[in-house]
Amino acid sequence: MQKVGFKGRFFPYVLIAPQILITLVFFYWPASQAVWQSFLIQDAFGTRVEFVWFENYETLFSDPLYFNALVVTVVFSTTVAALSLGFALLLAVMADRQIRGARAYKTFLIWPYAVAPAVAGVLWLFMFQPSLGIVAQQLKRMGVDWNYLLDGRQAMTLVILASAWKQISYNFLFFLAGLQSIPRSVIEAAAIDGAGPGRRFWTIVFPLLSPTAFFLLVVNIVYVFFDTFGIIDAVTLGGPAKATETLVYKVYSDGRLGGDLGGSAAQSVILMAIVITLTAVQFKYVERKVHY
Amino acid sequence: MVERRPLLDLMAHLVLLAGIAIVAFPVYITFVASTRDATDIIHGTMPLYPGTDFVANYMGALFQGSQRLRTTAVSTMMLNSLVMALTIAIGKIVISIVSAYAIVYFRFPLRMAAFWMIFVTLMLPVEVRIYPTFKIVADLGMIDSYAGLTIPLIASATATLLFRQFFMTIPDELVEASKMDGAGPVRFFIDTALPLSRTNIAALFVILFIYGWNQYLWPLLVTNSATMDTIVIGIKRMIVTSDAQTEWHIVMATAMLAMAPPVAVVLFMQRWFVKGLVESEK
Repeated sequence: MQKVGFKGRFFPYVLIAPQILITLVFFYWPASQAVWQSFLIQDAFGTRVEFVWFENYETLFSDPLYFNALVVTVVFSTTVAALSLGFALLLAVMADRQIRGARAYKTFLIWPYAVAPAVAGVLWLFMFQPSLGIVAQQLKRMGVDWNYLLDGRQAMTLVILASAWKQISYNFLFFLAGLQSIPRSVIEAAAIDGAGPGRRFWTIVFPLLSPTAFFLLVVNIVYVFFDTFGIIDAVTLGGPAKATETLVYKVYSDGRLGGDLGGSAAQSVILMAIVITLTAVQFKYVERKVHY
Repeated sequence: MVERRPLLDLMAHLVLLAGIAIVAFPVYITFVASTRDATDIIHGTMPLYPGTDFVANYMGALFQGSQRLRTTAVSTMMLNSLVMALTIAIGKIVISIVSAYAIVYFRFPLRMAAFWMIFVTLMLPVEVRIYPTFKIVADLGMIDSYAGLTIPLIASATATLLFRQFFMTIPDELVEASKMDGAGPVRFFIDTALPLSRTNIAALFVILFIYGWNQYLWPLLVTNSATMDTIVIGIKRMIVTSDAQTEWHIVMATAMLAMAPPVAVVLFMQRWFVKGLVESEK
């Protein structure tokens, strides 16, 4: 669709130049550097560089630590998504009943979106700090040997809780919008046919909500992949013994140690492939929504 | 509602109240800790109601930071965060609105190529190109500067798409009428396109301000000097995992101060926030 426009030979380029310049310098150049370096191996003294095709990728996939990061990421993202989506759906269904104060409830549920991941990490860290956290002490009184600094599973639980907590408001808002867009007439018709609230939810509301749920699932996975870096860095630093080291955290911590430029670049390229896949899935879904 | 079910309504209230309590609990604990003195917290005997050290803790945090760890004062950190958040939000909006305007209202060679170039950046978040980007910023001498902190984050596919979408809905008649009155592209932009975009700008601003304020990975990489710490980075520096050096009462006051601006923006600009959130999701 072409709009009625203006004439100008150089002016449009002037308008678009800043954005293009920034994308070229800070997006395309580094991204292509990463792709190029992922095919190179540098010797120990940094004097010679050799082009090795896919050797870096082969090394990576046979590295148990990389496999570990992959498993951590998958477990982490599915648990956070399930936990946060489930909780948010429950709250959204309740807020969708036309009860008094629904708007106030909404206001009180959406603000955690604004809390920085790293700060969310600090809040949860404080509650679960083994020696002084109030929840940690309660757990100890109940006989749980709580020390997330030593126990990998506990560390994972803690970052999952903090990450899911932060994502509730986002999921809640989108579920609520999804619920409110379901035509009341369909629900009323079912009620007249004698379907109770539970039956109506599972046979009408839930299926109609599934596109929203699917969209949110993808968004949540992207969130866990990329935006939980701050939470992990604040709470566990990827430990203990790499129990909470996700793919993104591994790129960061490997690169900080320096050295293996090619391997680090290969990790980045794999992440790029993951983002591209997830974005494609998301867009395909959005296209479908248009036809609904 | 289809039928009256007072019991279910009661249940809805209870579930929502419980939900709010669970969601608010970590922040409540943080607030309580930020009003108590160090010894209450260190011994793990902190009561669940606010203490009396509110003023002392917040003043200490704002003007001294964590003294034991010699961090920057939190007021400096907040200033850094504010500069970063505002520059990113305003920069993204300005850059995106003018490029969307060029793409919609001009025909020029490479127009679609430019559009796709901007679009693809959606798939290249900082996290996947951490070190190469860092190297470029270092080569350009932008480490430890506001420019290095903000400019690499200022391109925005989402905002450009949103403004493009919006400009497409402005009726052609408006453009024709302006042209008849002798207005050029700049006049039309200032007199018509910009004022019509007000609500979109407000909605985007809310989302982008939060995005900018909450940045973590990028500032962690490009700033070394403590005086450039943003509050989100600074709070992390105040916590030492292994020993008792951490001054928790100061950390908790800092956490409250780190949350306050973005949360206030969400609460006071709720309408724009919801709009921005829904629309920036492509």
